[in-house]
Amino acid sequence: MNKQRVQAIFRKEMREFRRNKQVISTMMLSPIGFLVAPLVLLFTVPATDVSTLYQYPVLLFTLALAALVPVTVGAYSITGEREQGTLEPVLGTPIEAREFLLGKALSVFVPGAAQAYLVFGLIDALVWLFRPAAVSAVALRPYILVAQLIFTPLLVWLAVWVSMTISARVSDVRAAQQIGTVIMLPIIALSALTGFHVIPATITFGVIAGAVLIVLDVAGLRVVSRVFDRERLVLGTH
Amino acid sequence: MVVESQQQARADTVALSVQGLGKTFGDKVAFADVSFEIKQGEVFGFLGPNGAGKTTTVRTLGTLIAPTSGSAVVAGLPLTPANGVEIRRRIAIVPESPGLYQRLSVRENLECFAGLYGTADPRERITRALAAVSMEDRADDVCGTLSKGLRQRVALARALLADPAVLFLDEPTSGLDPVAAQDVLSLVEGLRRDGVTIFLTTHRLDEAERLCDRVAILNTTLRMTGRPAELRDRLFAQTLTVQLVSPLAAPGSVFAGVPGVEGWRLADGEYQLTVSDIAVAAPAVTRALVSAGADVLSIGESRHSLQDVYLELIGDQS
Repeated sequence: MNKQRVQAIFRKEMREFRRNKQVISTMMLSPIGFLVAPLVLLFTVPATDVSTLYQYPVLLFTLALAALVPVTVGAYSITGEREQGTLEPVLGTPIEAREFLLGKALSVFVPGAAQAYLVFGLIDALVWLFRPAAVSAVALRPYILVAQLIFTPLLVWLAVWVSMTISARVSDVRAAQQIGTVIMLPIIALSALTGFHVIPATITFGVIAGAVLIVLDVAGLRVVSRVFDRERLVLGTH
Repeated sequence: MVVESQQQARADTVALSVQGLGKTFGDKVAFADVSFEIKQGEVFGFLGPNGAGKTTTVRTLGTLIAPTSGSAVVAGLPLTPANGVEIRRRIAIVPESPGLYQRLSVRENLECFAGLYGTADPRERITRALAAVSMEDRADDVCGTLSKGLRQRVALARALLADPAVLFLDEPTSGLDPVAAQDVLSLVEGLRRDGVTIFLTTHRLDEAERLCDRVAILNTTLRMTGRPAELRDRLFAQTLTVQLVSPLAAPGSVFAGVPGVEGWRLADGEYQLTVSDIAVAAPAVTRALVSAGADVLSIGESRHSLQDVYLELIGDQS
């Protein structure tokens, strides 16, 4: 694995993302719902009755953000190169498939994780600063903060690998985004069901979910590497 | 003396050797049984109609796709999957479509590829590559704003970053206007003067004739390989064209027995004489015509172009 080639792809991707209106708008607009909905709930719940917050750890629902946005951005990674006709020149350089994929994956992971942490941090900070201690103490229970901290990168990595696997197989960016979102729906549903206490947020559940995500994330690069077929991508066959 | 021997050594070094190479996609044969050698510093033209397998050959030799038969040695390395990275380090491919990142500037595009090639001192190399294609003043232009011709120049600069042992140019002037095409050809001529080994695919015969030391004509299989002049000689007999004020009364008796003349025919008011040796036949024919009292307008060698060769080999099938 050559670090310089991974960096070259990463740097190029970040430059492209910054100038891609579609990516920018996705990154800017998609968190709004995840930002506003919990804030409305947390700012309207009376400080005298926080039992609802005990029952519904709503901030766990916002974890879905970490699984959603990287899918739409990651779907662009390989399909976008094919659409631009830039894949052949890149693959004609000494870069190996794993270096190419890792550079691409990092360029989706870094902004995806940063965005999720930013949104969570903003919600947490607003609740801590502007809600009575009775509310913030319940809303920001340690296990919720730990879940945000640990599950965010795990979910982002999963979304990255899922979206890149699809991007390596599909020739249309929109189709890749739609398929990726559909595949990630069960994960998003899990975080929603936990947030609304359909699935109790127990330590056992957290450990099992974390272990499954780690396994999937570790397997991710291998799966994408196998799906990534240099010849098929260059020839444009499906 | 030393310079001469170095040049000879370079000319003797094989940059690309291909033996019976082929690629099929299911039942469809892209190209088959292709064999040739390219010496270092040579410009080799790969000619053929659309769908002849030119681009697939380039992609195969560039390790982008795997051959289904045959073998090759590219820039000193056997063409095997294990050598893919090292081969790609030693070569550069300029595809028909430049494939630039449209949202990035020229310099940013080159920075990316300098990183991919692991170029030492990328700044200096990028400056040199831009100078080689006369694009120093456009380095900060966004590629999406450039004309087709300028994009092709950037693609060439990108290939030069690799300092390639073999440079593959796939239809470099395709879709360019005559001025832009001329620009690109001049750049290729410059590379040729610098001793870069170039594998040029094209179906523009004028540019192949102008640039290439040798050419191969492909239509799924190789039809012929050699210097353009050799191909002409191999395919066409030498011909003298004679124009007279009025036709000869008995041309058979005039041309019969003239040294070097093997046959004759009248076409479009001109006599086309098939000759074995132009240097012997031309003066003898002139003397015979004058003796016969013919009023001669002109006598000249009919020169066949590479296009004639191409059409002779490919024309009927395409």
